[in-house]
Amino acid sequence: MAVTDTRPAASSRRTAGSRPPAGGRRRFSGRTALVLLAFMLPAIVFVGLFTYYPLLNGISMAFRNYNLNDLSDTSWVGLKNFRTLVGDEMFRGTVRNSIVWVVGSLVPQFLIGFTMALWLRRKFRFRGAYQALVFFPWAVSGFLIGILFRWMFNGEFGVVNDLLMKTHLIDTPVPWLADAKYAMVAVIAANVWYGVTFFAIMILAALQSVPDELYEASAIDGAGKVRTLFSITIPSIRTTLALTVLLRVIWTFNSPELIFGMTGGGPANETHIVTSYMIQVTQEGDYGRASAMGVMVVFVLLLFAIFYLLSVRTRTPRTRRKVVAG
Amino acid sequence: MILDQTLAGKVAKFTGLGICLLITVFPLYWILVTSFKDPGSIFAYPLKYWPTDFSLDNYTGLFEQSNFGVFIGNSLIVSLVAAALATVVSLLAAYVLARFEFVSKGAVMGAFLVTQMIPGFIALGSLYILMTRLYLVDSRAGLVLVYVAVSIPLCTVMLRGFFENVPASLEEAAMVDGCSRLSALFRVLVPVMTPGIAASFIFNFVNCWNELFLSVTLLNSDSNKTVPAALNGFISSYNIDWGSMSAAAVLSIIPTMILFAVASRYIVQGLTAGAVKE
Repeated sequence: MAVTDTRPAASSRRTAGSRPPAGGRRRFSGRTALVLLAFMLPAIVFVGLFTYYPLLNGISMAFRNYNLNDLSDTSWVGLKNFRTLVGDEMFRGTVRNSIVWVVGSLVPQFLIGFTMALWLRRKFRFRGAYQALVFFPWAVSGFLIGILFRWMFNGEFGVVNDLLMKTHLIDTPVPWLADAKYAMVAVIAANVWYGVTFFAIMILAALQSVPDELYEASAIDGAGKVRTLFSITIPSIRTTLALTVLLRVIWTFNSPELIFGMTGGGPANETHIVTSYMIQVTQEGDYGRASAMGVMVVFVLLLFAIFYLLSVRTRTPRTRRKVVAG
Repeated sequence: MILDQTLAGKVAKFTGLGICLLITVFPLYWILVTSFKDPGSIFAYPLKYWPTDFSLDNYTGLFEQSNFGVFIGNSLIVSLVAAALATVVSLLAAYVLARFEFVSKGAVMGAFLVTQMIPGFIALGSLYILMTRLYLVDSRAGLVLVYVAVSIPLCTVMLRGFFENVPASLEEAAMVDGCSRLSALFRVLVPVMTPGIAASFIFNFVNCWNELFLSVTLLNSDSNKTVPAALNGFISSYNIDWGSMSAAAVLSIIPTMILFAVASRYIVQGLTAGAVKE
């Protein structure tokens, strides 16, 4: 919360060129309002010009015939781009792949990240150093992670096959990235590796806000580890868990960098997700069709976010009561 | 203590943490080892897990065969300038958003947060057209402007969080003493918030340094390319020279690794501050 802020006074009215007064303790003058506007302006201009303008323009392209290779006719075509996509076998494949990619990446990331956070909850020597080390991958781009794992999953000289054969988990080398059966597994494995620490850190931060007294009370009541986890830990950090999962679903869906570096969508488009396909179509110049894909992605993610948040919210009061009672 | 763990539990915990650490570090270790292998022995079987034949051939080859020095220079310039500009612009905006209440504040914050949810790719095509009209295609300055815009929303939210940890009485006292708002901000608040500002700057830098699709779309001549765009070029060619590629990967990780090591604590703080506050 801001230190000096107060609710805007009921009487405040928007006036052209100046901010309405804050009311309450701190009324700022017209001059101050101008200074503040000047402070805000650069940010608004940058984001408006280079983010919002292209964004809205991109959305309008979804309803137009906009192909860079032939700009003679950029007329309004309504839902034609969307209809083309729905009929496109390849697009439908990328939708399936996207779902596998998001679910397959997030479930292990969540479970491993949660476990790590529980392990890291209590201080031990070198915990800070450990966290910093484990957080390192986050500084590397998804694209470069893709390249790293492309090399490690190489069918002939890859270290993954070598390690699996040394531990006798497989007898013959697996052509990870050349075979459609294994490529998605490999890409997801890389993404799990990449994203686990983000979950761990977010959940750890939330865990540290849970007061020790709750745990002590639950121990006095004779609750076991599992009971404590489900009755104290999870309900207490529910909001963070929900938000982290939501953000990760959106980001994982929207991040084709790793796939781009690792397989480029191959073999035979088996690892192409909607957004990586969208990049490909953009680079081919068909902005209309690419934008239509983007609009569909936003629409689906928005629906998902709304339903997800509603379902999380309706469940919260019941668990809260349980915490108090327990 | 009630929270005491059994010995078996402790052993399990630290074994688990050890395995996680090994798995995290191994890919980075592996690319490092590969980059120092003699180009001939990269494809030797059995694989060598310890570098026995240290060789810098991959690195020298990289600089001889491509303009990698130029790419690194471009990446450094673009990322440094964009990160610095974005931090200053965000600092001003975050100050206003943290300290004052006004009607359109919610709208501004909302508009900033929405940019984090929507895939930037929708804008990619029309951004290219916009940059063409502004004569900023294939220019590093153009890329800087776009990176600044992309960095501002998250940077502003982070800095706003840091501002809220500093009492307003601090700059108010300075203003009573005759400082203008701007000089109070830069003379009094900025020094107090240095760790947070540094973290935001580094976060911006890392994001710009790693960015791929905008740089691939907006830059095309070899003299302007940044490191990720160059790496993408290496991949697009059918036969990947894994020796040079490993060397390039290691070089492109080093700057972000150093910065992240310095500031990861603050970055984690900045990112989680909003999530934990309820």
